[in-house]
Formats: sequence, structure tokens, C-alpha cells
Amino acid sequence: MATTAPKIRFREPQIEMAHGAGGKASRRLVEGLFAPLLFGSSQGPLGDAAHIQINGTRIAMTTDSFVVKPLRFPGGSIGELAINGTVNDLAVSGARAEAIVVTFVLEAGLPTGILEAEVRAMGQAAENAGVMIAGGDTKVVEHGKADSMFITTTGVGRLLSGVTISPKSVQPGDKVLLSGPIGDHGITILLARGDLDLEADLRSDTRSVFPLVQALVHHAGAGVRWMRDPTRGGVATSLNELARDSACGIVLFEEKLPVRDSVRGACELLGLDPLHIANEGQFLAIVSSEHAEPALEAVRATPGGEEAVMIGEVREQPASAVLVTTLYGGSRLVDMLVGDPLPRIC
Amino acid sequence: MKFVDEFRTPELIGKAGEEIRRLADPNRHYRIMEVCGGHTHAIYRFGLKDLLPSNVELIHGPGCPVCVLPMGRIDDGLALAAQPDFIFAAFGDMMRVPGTHGSPLEYKARGMDVRIVYSPADALKLARSNPEKHVMFFAIGFETTAPSTALTLMRARAEGLGNFSVFCNHVTIIPAIRAILDSPDMRLDGFVGPGHVSTVIGCRPYDWIAKDERKPVVVSGFEPLDILQSIVMLLRQLRKGEAKVENQYKRVVPWEGNRAALRAMGEVFELRAYFEWRGLGFISQSALKIRPSYAQWDSEQRFAVPGVRVTDPKAAQCGEVLKGVLKPAQCKLFGRECTPEQPVGALMVSSEGSCAAYFNYEHRKPVSIATVAPN
Repeated sequence: MATTAPKIRFREPQIEMAHGAGGKASRRLVEGLFAPLLFGSSQGPLGDAAHIQINGTRIAMTTDSFVVKPLRFPGGSIGELAINGTVNDLAVSGARAEAIVVTFVLEAGLPTGILEAEVRAMGQAAENAGVMIAGGDTKVVEHGKADSMFITTTGVGRLLSGVTISPKSVQPGDKVLLSGPIGDHGITILLARGDLDLEADLRSDTRSVFPLVQALVHHAGAGVRWMRDPTRGGVATSLNELARDSACGIVLFEEKLPVRDSVRGACELLGLDPLHIANEGQFLAIVSSEHAEPALEAVRATPGGEEAVMIGEVREQPASAVLVTTLYGGSRLVDMLVGDPLPRIC
Repeated sequence: MKFVDEFRTPELIGKAGEEIRRLADPNRHYRIMEVCGGHTHAIYRFGLKDLLPSNVELIHGPGCPVCVLPMGRIDDGLALAAQPDFIFAAFGDMMRVPGTHGSPLEYKARGMDVRIVYSPADALKLARSNPEKHVMFFAIGFETTAPSTALTLMRARAEGLGNFSVFCNHVTIIPAIRAILDSPDMRLDGFVGPGHVSTVIGCRPYDWIAKDERKPVVVSGFEPLDILQSIVMLLRQLRKGEAKVENQYKRVVPWEGNRAALRAMGEVFELRAYFEWRGLGFISQSALKIRPSYAQWDSEQRFAVPGVRVTDPKAAQCGEVLKGVLKPAQCKLFGRECTPEQPVGALMVSSEGSCAAYFNYEHRKPVSIATVAPN
């Protein structure tokens, strides 16, 4: 059978850090190299998890690697992230995580106590999220070839009934729901690295968002069009991907954006935008306008969802872009993150 | 949040906007230059252009230290850092700035020991904790950051720290403003004056702009209300036919500047005969170098610097945009060959550069969207 050669658009000579930072460069790599060679042309827009059919049953499947430094930080650790991250990727694709397998890449010389603490953290997070850890694999590399440990988790989940997630179904008039304050995780990690003489009473928001997603789908499932957990690249990157995939404009109201004072303060000092900062325990949903009120009420009535808020809406303009408006009538476009967020000093 | 929210109050901002519309003569076109990259960034970030009448035009000035740094200096710095047991330390601002063969961040990914520091004192700490390595701080900035570099060098000398040096790229703001005003195709009505720089140099160095050039200057803060209030103050002067230096940023900027900071700069630095500015070319006495008494801590006096010179790409019209002759989007390369991810020209390099700010926050914005509000 004659097949047309896949079109590889990725032309950059070598891999740079930015290709892993979750912004534009990551997207170029995935869409320009991985997708054409591995997924063929049948694949639509890339979501947080793949939906596949086995013997007539549709399941969701996803995988994620965790390379965070430091391993432990206020509010969480790499082990917790590894479980919650995969549970959340499944949740925002409309699925309940059922089973996870784990791969550890460990650096020779890693103290056993550090590994044990992370394994315990994973067990606890899995128990909290109600997901089974079904198996795993371990590799050890020479000292200096990995930063203490890398963890990869792969999860499968059962699709919730009554919800279909697709950026193509998003239309002008829909509302943008956010589950709680943004930027806590990214700023916590930045401060925990200790390069910065800044201290703040701040914790990572790492958690399973599945209970909130479940409540949303239960009460407003027919109106839920799209969901995403805004991890690397933050809310701005997730919504820019949606804007591009849906060809709609997303308009955010700055005064509605929930940002803790400590996160705002750090961002002001360092010249960062909270919309670009990573989260590990929040999700975004696009909900039809008639379902917006019950959707928000359902999330707020769920423990951990009290701070949920409608932050904006979908419009025809600016097509394929995200605009933030201020109370005093100014506006600005917010693009995807380019590379890692770097502090501005001078 | 204190000291921030007060300057973003919608009612006050609304009033300032009204006052600007009241003061601006509809039969006149105003061209006001904000000198600082920090102001340019704030103007786009807060969408302040949406609040101005169309005959009050903001021209973005040369006050972005990353933007005006010639590529050859980055190449020189990275060439020095390629020596064995070398640590290249710089502010986050520098990390994505391209040299001929890549940015510091790209060199880091290829294995160079590149560290982001938040102050020159942090680079000194690195030197103390890595005695077997040489730490070079790649210093950039106007008078805003020069004093902290000076104090760090004084500390290094006092401690007799042998494994630390500074590659000095500090520049001074006044010669750049003079170069802009001297340019024949320039027509400006007034200046929103530098805020952070003025905390150090004070307001007196701008006197000649008012007296000799007859242009008003208002030293301004960086919040939306600060910038709008400064425009109000400029328009009031222009209406009365005045040209004075005024200080809107009194809560931070003392009229006489910061004498201790100026003393430290005088102790450590002297003026270079000339220095190359990206987009503007060579400007005499526009930059600082380290005095011979600190030669041991000066990367340029201590090591053999290649002295790379890279001319700006011909097609990039950075100079015209810097001087306000062209708008960012009128440059032939804007948004096509030259983007924040793959910058060709100086002004696309830093988020404070006018092209990057315009690209990030503005250029795809439909005109009609400016007035949208929550339903």
C-alpha cells in the first residue's frame, strides 16, 4: 500500500531546554516531529490523555515524567507530583484514573532514605486519589547521569459518562472556569531552589483535581466542552493552545484572576506573569453559558473547590489569541510561554 | 497588595485618562518618549495605550540595557567563559539574549557552567563557595544596577577574593538621550523620564533637556497611575508652553539622587571614551569601565578578550524604531524573521524591548476589542 511520507516540520539542529518547557518550542517539537512520525494524520488536536478503544471499551491513557528539583518542597514532593500529575491529566480528559505503572530512573549514590520517602509519598497520594499502582520498573544510571531521580508514571482511566471534551466544540459565549488560585506551585519551586533571597508563606498546590472534575461533570456535564490542567507554561499557555485549536478568542478579566498576594508579590519583584507560572492542583474548564452557574456552584460546593471562579469568556475576537482586560479599560494579549520563565532584574 | 494596588485603582486611572483627554489639544499631535524599557513594558502590559487619545503618541526610548548591548559583547563574554573551570553568572534578563553561536541558556544546555543570579552579590557568594573555579559576573544595566556592581567589586577587593571578576557592560542614560535628540529625523514633545535610574542619579542631570532643548521631562514611576499622571504633568507643561524637569516618582526618587550610590560608582568606575550601542552605533562617554585600581577584578583587564564586533543585520531597522521614526510593526523583519523566540534585532531580545513588548501584548489585538468589559 502506498503511503505518503510524513511531513516533518521540526528543523531545529539540536534539542534545547525550551523544548521541554511546555511552551511554544515544546509544541513545535511534538507537532513537527513526534506527531507526523508516530501518530499519522488521523490524530486531531493533542489533549492531556489519549482515548483509545479496546474490545469496544473506550479508555483514557496518559504518561508523564517528573524531573523536579528540589525533590521536596513546601506542600509536596516529586513522588506526590508523579501520582497527582497523571491522575490530573486523566481527570481533565474526562476520565477517572484506575491504574498507574511507575518507572524510576535512579542515580547511583542516591541515599535509600530519600527514595523511601518518595515511594511512601507516592503510596499516600495514590491512596488519596483512589488509584491502584499496578506495577513498575527501575533503572539505575551512573552517578552524575541523572539528577537524583526521575520518575515516569503511566496511567489508564475509565471515561466518565455524560461529557465530551473537544476544543472544536468551544464557541463564543462560553465561560472560562478556573478551580482556584494560580501560580502557587511554580513560585514555591522557584523559592525552594534557594537561589533567591526571598521567603514567602507559600505551598505547592499539588493534589488530585478529580473530585472537582467529577462534581463539575455530574452537575453540568452536558455543558463542559474542554478541560486542561495548566501545569508548565501556566494558564496562558493552556488557553493559547485552546484558542489556536478552536480558532476562538479567549478574553480574561484581570480582576477576576485568583492570585495569592505572596505569588503576586514574587511575580511583581521578579518581572513574571502569574499566568505563565506552573500549577499542579488546578484545572481550567470551558463551560457553555447556560451551564456556567450550576458548574461553578458544583465545583465550589466540593471540598477544595471553594475558590473556584469564572475568569473570562470565549469570544469571536481576537481569533486564536488570548486577551486580558483590566477594570480601567486597558487590555493586552497574553502569549504562550517561550522557554522557562526567567526573572527580570535590570 | 500594598504599594501596588493603590496605583492601579480604576477610578483614579479613569480620572487620569479623562484629564489627559481634556488637556490634549485636538489640533495638535503629541509625541512623548518614555525612556525606560520598564515603562515600555508597563505601557503594554497594562494596555495603557487604550486609554490615550489617538493624538497622544508614545515613542519607546533606548532604556533597555539588554536591547542596546551589542552582540559582540555577548560573544566576548561567552568566549571568556569557555575557559576551563569558569562560571558565567548573569541576571535572568541576559539568559536568552543571542550571541553569534547561541544564547547563554543554549551554552548552558551544551554544558557551560552558566548561573542565573539575582544580584552581583550572589555572584560573589558563588565565588566564595567555588574557590577552585573562576566566577565572572556579566554586568549589564544603566545607573540602576551599576552601584550594586560597584559595591560588589569593593567587597571583592576588601576580601582579596582572587577567583572573581566582572565583565562590565554598564551604560549611562544621558548620552543615549542626547544621541536621540541629536538625530535629525527626531521630533519629540517631551519625556517620561527614567524612574529607577533617577533613584541613583536624581533629577538634575535632565536639566539641559528642559533648558537647552526646551522639552519637558517628568521622572515617572512604573504603575499605570504613575505613567498616566506623568503624561498629565507633561501635557500641562506643554499647554502652558513650559519646559521643566518634574518628579512624579517622589515616593522613590530624591531630587539629588543617592549620594552613597554615586560615590561607590565613582570609586570603582570611570567613563569609557566610547561604547557601541546596538541600534544607535558608537556613542562617546556613554559607558562605564572598571578603574585600573580594580584591574584584578576586571575580566577585560585580567583576561585576553577577543573583541568581537558583530554588525547589526542590515535588514533590521532597530535604530529607526529606537529613535521612534518607525513603529515596531513597520520594520521589514517584525513578526516574520524577527520574533521573541528567534530575535534578529536588539529590541526583540528583552521583554522590555519595544518590539518584544509590542509583539507579545499588542500586535494581533483587534482595535475594537479595547473597550470590552465583563458582562
